[in-house]
Amino acid sequence: MLEKALKGSPKYYIWVGFLLLVILGASGVYLMQLMQGLTITGMSRDVSWGFYIAQFTYLVGLAASGVMIVLPYYFHNYKKFKDLVIFGEFMAIGAVVMCLGFIVVDIGQPQRMLNVMLYPTPNSVLFWDMVVLNGYLILNVLVGWTCLECDRQNLPHPKWSKTLAYVSIVWAFSIHTVTAFLYQGLPGRHYWLTAILAARFLASAFCSGPAILLLVIMLTQKVTTFKANVEGIATLAKIITYAMIVNVFFFLLEVFTAFYSGIPGHTHSIVYLFKGLEGHAELVPFMWTAAALAVGSLCLLIPPRLRDNLKILPWSLAILVIATWIDKGLALLIGGFNPTPFDTIATYWPTGKELIISAMIYAIGALVVTVLFKVATEVKQETGASQKEAVPVEN
Amino acid sequence: MNHTRRNFLKFAGLTAAGLCVASAGGALAVSGAGSTIKDGEKALKAKRWGMVIDSKKLGTKEAIDVLAKACHSVHNVPNIPGKQNVKWIWADSYEHGFDQPNNYMEESVEKRQFALLCNHCTNAPCVRVCPTQATYKRPDGIVAMDYHRCIGCRYCMAGCPFGARSFNFMEPRLHLDLATLNKEFPTRMRGVVEKCNFCVERLAMGKQPACAEASNGAVVFGDLSDPASEVRKLLREHYTIRRRPALGTEPGVYYII
Repeated sequence: MLEKALKGSPKYYIWVGFLLLVILGASGVYLMQLMQGLTITGMSRDVSWGFYIAQFTYLVGLAASGVMIVLPYYFHNYKKFKDLVIFGEFMAIGAVVMCLGFIVVDIGQPQRMLNVMLYPTPNSVLFWDMVVLNGYLILNVLVGWTCLECDRQNLPHPKWSKTLAYVSIVWAFSIHTVTAFLYQGLPGRHYWLTAILAARFLASAFCSGPAILLLVIMLTQKVTTFKANVEGIATLAKIITYAMIVNVFFFLLEVFTAFYSGIPGHTHSIVYLFKGLEGHAELVPFMWTAAALAVGSLCLLIPPRLRDNLKILPWSLAILVIATWIDKGLALLIGGFNPTPFDTIATYWPTGKELIISAMIYAIGALVVTVLFKVATEVKQETGASQKEAVPVEN
Repeated sequence: MNHTRRNFLKFAGLTAAGLCVASAGGALAVSGAGSTIKDGEKALKAKRWGMVIDSKKLGTKEAIDVLAKACHSVHNVPNIPGKQNVKWIWADSYEHGFDQPNNYMEESVEKRQFALLCNHCTNAPCVRVCPTQATYKRPDGIVAMDYHRCIGCRYCMAGCPFGARSFNFMEPRLHLDLATLNKEFPTRMRGVVEKCNFCVERLAMGKQPACAEASNGAVVFGDLSDPASEVRKLLREHYTIRRRPALGTEPGVYYII
């Protein structure tokens, strides 16, 4: 089926060429990092994880998001998601590839990476994260690819694929729970040391992930003959709305616990993020932007009339994505490391090189998603499933 | 048929033997490459090594810098300026080192500097989180590191609540004075984490840790499990505190206040 990704419209080639160019160009900067070390990043002794690990964390959420489609389809037999299932699975593949990419660029000795498998260490959450992420990748490749191949040949899906799909649903929850456990089990990092972190991670994943997925699906509808079930989209938007409400609610729980108890360790990180501490207020504008956008997205998503308006929906989703990204892809790490164990503030800002290397990983993910979505839409076109009513335009 | 079967068995036997040799070689390579220090004849041994620092005797930055210099030169710790620095032992205030703030502190304690270093915790979070066992606990309580196994994921740095760990963001050898290099101790490579090792290499040769040796008795090192040891005597006779005891890591470094 992969050959379908080789033929496409000029626009398709331009897009793929653009991504390849970004990957190639940015890999030069990555080589520089390999030769000079992580000193080219903005990380330091006190903020020892930065933009890379933050992106990893955010993208684990994107990987887990497909389950919001797969679960209703398999567990509740919700047929209106039928044409979206494959995109959820393929998006998960792209997202996990990016997650692994961000881990690889973050570690200081990438050539020793396999030590994690050579010396398996069950007491390290990182070991389990490696297990669940790779497992999730394999599950999605197996289920997604097999089901699509069967669709193409008009065959029923094999029984084992359904079993694996069930497994992948439970697995999806595990990848983000384990990723939260990376953080929430560390003594002395108060912003992370909270039992609700895993729940917050899942809530933010289940709103931001499907939001990104829906935006990409809308884009796919624009550039291909694929047409998703309108009711399916409406249901997904509803799921996103509920998840975002839960996400904001969970965050407010943190705020209550911190400020009503008044325990400095609990309040300091939040004060640093939203108000500034010890003369450092670097993240304050970002945090209030995130807060405003989060409220804004809810105002646009909660009223059914606004939510079901397909002209407004992409904008609502986009601001939701920005809000959740600032929360998790930026503030989570910086807020976790500040104040430092010495009760000081250590500022961190990603360097240009760090951002370019991140762009490389994002471009790799985009390429994987492009190729997989191209294959999926071609197969759907071939089988006449979920197509626009008008004569298909040249693509 | 018989002939080929015998050949097959021979081949299988050789392969099995080869595998054994290979894995034994691997094990040797690991122990050779690791920080597993072989004890000498005069090696100092303990059930639980610990340290008592008399902050009354060792309370200024200048005095602590002498210890830091002794430690850093013995262990080839690079001198890197800026926030990507590497340090094993350093000076900081009570306010930064201990989480028991008091608005109205005794003046001498408020102005005092404290020698901070790895606490070699009994329940060390860095050991718990390390995905490759590059950081590990020795039976004598020392939290040691294998620089050749460390993948540089820096999970231990996020896990350590004492900020005791440093990462080699850049090539450390460029920041070492080759003329004064200690050839008895390895230099590190870029991309691995390092920290105080309680001088395991010196203990193995019957020597006290470098900082204790340079401290004129202000830093005492010994076996916490031995009631007759000097550290236990000091702990009996003085009021001591540890850094962030509420976290339950059980630090092995005590401070006389």
